Amino acid sequence: MTITEKPVTEGPLELESGREAIAERPLGVLTRPQGGRGWRDWLSTVDHKKIGIMYGVSAMVFFVVGGVEALLIRLQLAVPNGGVLSADVYNQVFTMHGVTMVFLFIMPLAAAFANYLIPLQIGARDVAFPRLNALSYWIWLSGAIFLNSSWIVGGGGADCGWFCYSPNSGLTFSPSHGVDFYAIGLLIAGIASLVSAINLIVTCLNMRAPGMDLFRMPVLTWMLLITQFLLLFALPVITVALFLLMFDRLFDASFFNPDMGADPLLWQHLFWIFGHPEVYIIVLPAFGVVSEVIPTFSRKPIFGYTFMVFSGIAIGFMGWGVWAHHMFVSGIGPISVAAFSLSTMFIAVPTGVKVLNWMATMWGGQIRFTTAMLFAVGTVAMFTIGGLSGVTHAIAPADTQQTDTYYIVAHFHYVIFGGGVLGLIGGLYFWWPKIFGYMLNERRGKINFWSMLIGFNLTFGPMHILGLQGMSRRIDTYSAGFGFEFWNMVATVGSFIIALSVLVLFHNVWKSKREAADLPPPGPDPWDARSLEWMIPSPVPEHNFDEVPTVDGLDEWWHRKYGFDDNGKVVQIATVEEAAQDGSAKGVHLPAPSFWPLVLAVGLPLIGYGLIFNLWLCVPGGLLVGMGIFAWALEPVDDPDASHDHHDDDHDDDGDGDADDAELAAAAPVAPGDSSALAAAAPAVPGEGGA
Amino acid sequence: MTAATAAPATPGDNTAPGENTAPGESTAHDDHGPSTGISNTKLAMWLFLGSECLLFGGLISTYLLYKTRRGPDNRAIPTDVFDIPFTSISSFVLLMSSLTMVLALSALTRGDNHGARVWLLATSMLGGVFIGGQVYEFTSFLREGVGFTNNPASSAFYALTGFHGVHVSLGIVMLMSLFVASWQGKLRPEHSETVEIVGLYWHFVDVVWIFIFTVIYLVPA
Repeated sequence: MTITEKPVTEGPLELESGREAIAERPLGVLTRPQGGRGWRDWLSTVDHKKIGIMYGVSAMVFFVVGGVEALLIRLQLAVPNGGVLSADVYNQVFTMHGVTMVFLFIMPLAAAFANYLIPLQIGARDVAFPRLNALSYWIWLSGAIFLNSSWIVGGGGADCGWFCYSPNSGLTFSPSHGVDFYAIGLLIAGIASLVSAINLIVTCLNMRAPGMDLFRMPVLTWMLLITQFLLLFALPVITVALFLLMFDRLFDASFFNPDMGADPLLWQHLFWIFGHPEVYIIVLPAFGVVSEVIPTFSRKPIFGYTFMVFSGIAIGFMGWGVWAHHMFVSGIGPISVAAFSLSTMFIAVPTGVKVLNWMATMWGGQIRFTTAMLFAVGTVAMFTIGGLSGVTHAIAPADTQQTDTYYIVAHFHYVIFGGGVLGLIGGLYFWWPKIFGYMLNERRGKINFWSMLIGFNLTFGPMHILGLQGMSRRIDTYSAGFGFEFWNMVATVGSFIIALSVLVLFHNVWKSKREAADLPPPGPDPWDARSLEWMIPSPVPEHNFDEVPTVDGLDEWWHRKYGFDDNGKVVQIATVEEAAQDGSAKGVHLPAPSFWPLVLAVGLPLIGYGLIFNLWLCVPGGLLVGMGIFAWALEPVDDPDASHDHHDDDHDDDGDGDADDAELAAAAPVAPGDSSALAAAAPAVPGEGGA
Repeated sequence: MTAATAAPATPGDNTAPGENTAPGESTAHDDHGPSTGISNTKLAMWLFLGSECLLFGGLISTYLLYKTRRGPDNRAIPTDVFDIPFTSISSFVLLMSSLTMVLALSALTRGDNHGARVWLLATSMLGGVFIGGQVYEFTSFLREGVGFTNNPASSAFYALTGFHGVHVSLGIVMLMSLFVASWQGKLRPEHSETVEIVGLYWHFVDVVWIFIFTVIYLVPA
């Protein structure tokens, strides 16, 4: 890679021959922000890495919010006749705990990994639509804040449980505005996930580096791709359900009100057709993380790559055929129950394949138990427990006994916390040096892991027993003498151990950052890892790859470091320093930042408040959204005056926009929905000499 | 704006997928094109339409479940008062707009900017006639006592047809934006893919209406 200050005329950044260099300012359009430094840069950034970090940070904030709610629940239930929360507030707290953890913590944390890692793992400079990516984040954040603002302006949180069954969700049983905030907040967050799903699918399918066939993509990218497909098809279903709920509550429609002859089962079906794929939306990213961490620390390729990918795809398909196992006691009839029992047992097969493949990957490997590896192995073990208790639900007669008891609570926390959260936290330890350029301390990391594992099992293990003893979920208190006292106290103690463990994680981040100054930098590849993101410097430069790599096989980066000698033994053929890129490329044309995603996202909650309180508020909200869309379409896809990378002094607009990046941005205005046409308005080009 | 910016709109620019290019050949450029050979924007629209299928699927299922539910007060439902010949005509108008959409795209690819403009306008006007018909239908239903809040059947009817109407209206906004762009001379043959993508959306909305029309008006209760 040549190091030059200006775009070179040969090499990877070459101007395509015959393409004219035109440096005219487009007429009649808005200018684009220059990026700049500090917080303004973050508000207008379209860089997938910064957006990923923002997703991660926001997710951790809501992890704390949801965690505090969880601790309140456990305090209330620690002893019989607990008096910490009133029954009404208790309903709100457990509802908001569930909603926050699912929609505002795990999903965005997975989105953080998806945003940051997918382009790096497939060898791309950015996602397919960088501005839409920023839009997804800001819309999600505005939805999240909107949802939580019901504590202040809505008369309390939603109090209908996270799946918000009718008639509990109706005005009769939930007269406050909490459920309205639930419906509209999740609608707004759903738009974000839908946009993000489309964006990331296009990225995976279209932005791959030369030679990166679909079946050379790392397993993490595959699992995230499947997750995005699940989101793409699951979100419209919950969107319908939430719209109908909103119409019921705000405009007196009768979709779910049994008094009006409506069928409350409709909500259950719509919710769970979304809700069961949602379970896989939560765990598949963690499966992907585990599938990266275990091979790296076993020094072996993943066992049965193709099988691994196809079992992920199989889960993606079968996840659509099991939703009614959430409704075995709802009166759906014996044939439905039998069919969904069988399909639920079957879906354990591809999941079991994954567990066995992870173990086979470790088998005979040179295992290093780093913190990331511990979290990955912990994920496999805890998810297996959760999966097994899930199979017990597939047996409908047993499920009839277990439904709405703490056994269910135990099961889904083993799946979601044990499978999803542990895996993603392991991913944090694994990719932290790549993202932030310093290692998290291993000793504190191991304290973090063991305390979390112990706390987790103390909290949720006893719930199996409580559930089988007959303690129903969602009761705000219990009387002494049922035999619930001991295990409830154990669970409460465990929950505070988890809280301490999370504090250890935060402390580790802070302390390791301070210590990093005295330690050598981690370099591009501290773990001796396998996929493309480890061949570029840590932290990743703004342009990702100096030169887009050509991929020759699975585990491309590993094979650039290691080969085989005549006896078939693995030998190092290049050091990390030799094989890695040094991040020195200049003049890489990157998509220009934009403020309009933020403007558009601010409009949506205003419309939400308008629907709930006063329709006039919808006017400014709608204007902001409309203005955002039109300004988005009318701003130049790339500012010719924008600096090209690292805010250097390169201002000689000689038309070095390689089609890749220009296309990224040119494509961006086509938002799903009404803005796509406006893209047509975008080519306000006075002198396009292209074709 | 650089010359390169026009590239994505140029058909043919996307026909050289970089996926299987010989090593060393395509590494010289970052612009190795979309791996699938379908441009990013068009692929995104197809994905969006896939998602929309589930949205309308949910709404159509809801209507099918509730189509005869009159509620405790036994109030009127849409099938009591609808006018099949009238809606058939407006459905025909909407279907014809798919034809004019195709003609608009065809004219633009041939370089006939004037023709493209005329057909774009025709498409949006046909869409407008359909929306006008829907507004008339809703108001006449209201006059005859079938309101949104009557019973599950009417709530489901208004939700389903209303969602479709909103989709058609957004399509009209897109078409008019294209028309204005064309009027200002900014819509050229190299942008035909943008028109094609809007066309995809428009055809989708038409096809969905065929299902909705069949389910609501043609299948007997």
